[in-house]
Amino acid sequence: MNDAERGHRLAVLLPYRLAPPRMTVRISPPSAAILCFCAIMAASTAWAQSGPAMLSPLQVILKWSPLLLWGFGFNILISLLSMVLGTIAGVGLGLALLSEFRPLAAASWLITQFFRNAPWLVLLFFVMFLVPFQVTLFKTTIPLPDWIKATVGFALPVMANVAEVVRGAVRSIPSTQWEAAESLSFTPRQTMWLIMLPQCIKRMLPPWMNVYALVTMSTVLASIVGVSEMLTLTAQVHAAEGGRPELFAPLYGFALLCFFLYCYPINLWTARLERRYRVR
Amino acid sequence: MATSWTPDQPIVQCVDVRKSFGALEVLKGISLSVRKGEVICIIGPSGSGKSTLIRCINALQPISSGSIQIEGIEVTDPRLDKLALRRKVGMVFQQYNLFPHKTALQNVMMAPIHVLRQNRAEVEARARALLAKVRLAGKEDSYPGELSGGQQQRVAIARSLAMRPDIMLFDEVTAALDPETVKEVLVTIRELAEDGMTCILVTHEMNFAREVADHVYFTDRGVIVEHGPPDTLFTAAKDQRTQRFLSQVL
Amino acid sequence: MQAIADWFQRLYETTGLNFSVFYDAYDWDRYFSGLKMTLLLSVTTILLSLIIGAVGALLQGSPSILLRLPVNAFVVVFRNTPPLVQLFFFYFGLGTMLPAVETAGMRVPLLNNVQWAIISLSLFAAAFNVEIFRSGIEAVPRTTLEAAEALGYTRLKAYIHIVLPLAIRVCLPALNNNLVNLLKTTTLAYAIAVPETLYAVKQIWSESQNVFEMMVLLLATYGILVGILVWLMHRWEQAMRIPGYAR
Repeated sequence: MNDAERGHRLAVLLPYRLAPPRMTVRISPPSAAILCFCAIMAASTAWAQSGPAMLSPLQVILKWSPLLLWGFGFNILISLLSMVLGTIAGVGLGLALLSEFRPLAAASWLITQFFRNAPWLVLLFFVMFLVPFQVTLFKTTIPLPDWIKATVGFALPVMANVAEVVRGAVRSIPSTQWEAAESLSFTPRQTMWLIMLPQCIKRMLPPWMNVYALVTMSTVLASIVGVSEMLTLTAQVHAAEGGRPELFAPLYGFALLCFFLYCYPINLWTARLERRYRVR
Repeated sequence: MATSWTPDQPIVQCVDVRKSFGALEVLKGISLSVRKGEVICIIGPSGSGKSTLIRCINALQPISSGSIQIEGIEVTDPRLDKLALRRKVGMVFQQYNLFPHKTALQNVMMAPIHVLRQNRAEVEARARALLAKVRLAGKEDSYPGELSGGQQQRVAIARSLAMRPDIMLFDEVTAALDPETVKEVLVTIRELAEDGMTCILVTHEMNFAREVADHVYFTDRGVIVEHGPPDTLFTAAKDQRTQRFLSQVL
Repeated sequence: MQAIADWFQRLYETTGLNFSVFYDAYDWDRYFSGLKMTLLLSVTTILLSLIIGAVGALLQGSPSILLRLPVNAFVVVFRNTPPLVQLFFFYFGLGTMLPAVETAGMRVPLLNNVQWAIISLSLFAAAFNVEIFRSGIEAVPRTTLEAAEALGYTRLKAYIHIVLPLAIRVCLPALNNNLVNLLKTTTLAYAIAVPETLYAVKQIWSESQNVFEMMVLLLATYGILVGILVWLMHRWEQAMRIPGYAR
């Protein structure tokens, strides 16, 4: 509801704000982790009939956790790299979206819409299959391993999302700021860099962190296209332990747990930042 | 619940009503009685508990101690039939609170249809008549967003009247309106009073109170300081607090 | 129809761009059935997630902590874990734990992969919907509820007739965003061999070796599907507009 409704004196509907659930019983991440872990173990041990030579699910996880955690670290690496790449490209694209030069803005809008509307998995396939596995530049052959291609594949939707975040943040600054800058004879470029963007950083932070959480959770898609990350390793561990069906739940449960412990604090922090920087 | 109430007894009777919000006591022993057909105005500085009192009368807020009886029905009774109470008491709020997704006519028609389960055709006829009575004939199909504040408030009055209450409560209904539209609402309330409706108003409109009210209560900090017919209260108030308040607002 | 097929055949012969889907009946059948599966997944998950989300949002407002805590836990867990891992957990983890049934002499799992995909994706989207609906409900001022109460509405009736209609109108943009995301997330079902569009197209390009063209087709398909969904949502938003309160 915008200022026009203020003319009606009393807002009939309060401004809409997407609020994360306030857990009345505050469960800190470590206790949540322990709770989840116990739940998953309890669920799976109920079914595990371990003979003398077979390990119980808990033992399996303990035995393989170094490897799985290394795989998880690899996921994090991919997420960080694609976030960096995507952010740089996204800021550029976002500025192009806001440009005064109409054809540039239009072209950027098309690119943004294209990468935002395409499913992440399809984009990943696109990059994996169509980017060659090695590239020859100036007589040197640079091999492009799968995970680099996957990183680029994730960077594309990140770029589009970051562009939208940038555009939304700049748009949310009241037009009076632009007018004030213009009357002080700042050029559009100076206005953007000296006045708008510094104010925008705060507004951009929570949605940007949101995008990061999304990327982190999307890195598991790389397992579908053959990159050796945590999920692929989980499947391999499962096969190594004899492919017992009752090990599926604990192993995937462990993966869920790792991602939960990583992403939940990020989301809590994002919510806290959003509350602090709440824009009226 | 069969009551032995007869019209010669007070229609609203509050006896030593106390209300606390946590540690803060907002109503400190209010007693008042209203006869059928009377118009009562409650005036006083903000924070004196007027709005709380009127909400307690309508069972929107529970009271900490004391008794409120409406037509013989004890409001504090845990087995209170709220629907029966709401049929007797209508309330109009400061913020109109019309339902924005329904037209004016639908707003007026909604409660009798959904709550009282009355026949749709006769409810519609009654709703149109009520809107005509508050001088909004022709605005039946407008949405609240398309109406002015005064018009919305009149729709709110019509909406409460559709439930055919015996008592109408008004909680500072003109406080949020532009000065031009205040008059149209007051005229509507005045006509209601002249038709014989029992009205309890919390208001800042002193002139209105003086002209229309049968009895005026002055509250301050949770107690009734003084009460009496408007002529006496406004010209010859006995208590110093009353005099001070009146000198500020008149 | 034949004209389209001929045109694409000519295109292949002249430029080497092989859109086999359009001139080869077998490829078209596979693509089309994949499309139908995507539509099935999208529609069922959207509807289910809306219902679960609405129920969850109502429970979240309940005074009893016994009802609130499970809903909060559900939302927190499903929002902070990857949907693909959730899918695997459901299909492989829980699927193997459920009893198998005997049909036609074979032991088949109780729920097949399509059904598990629907369950997993609906729960994932519902977690977001609970928050969205909750925020919509909270945007309705308490005073409106008070007015409804003063007219004699019970809490439940007030929710159904007044709070929910208003809440939905307010949260529609965020809800639409979520539903579009859900459409895109249906591609994850590929990982458990659900024959949806991505799966079908991959089969086609594995045989016909026309990866690039099929990719273009795939991206165009999802572009169009998303476009249709956004248009439908826009129409819904228009229909629900409250006159007098311009957005």
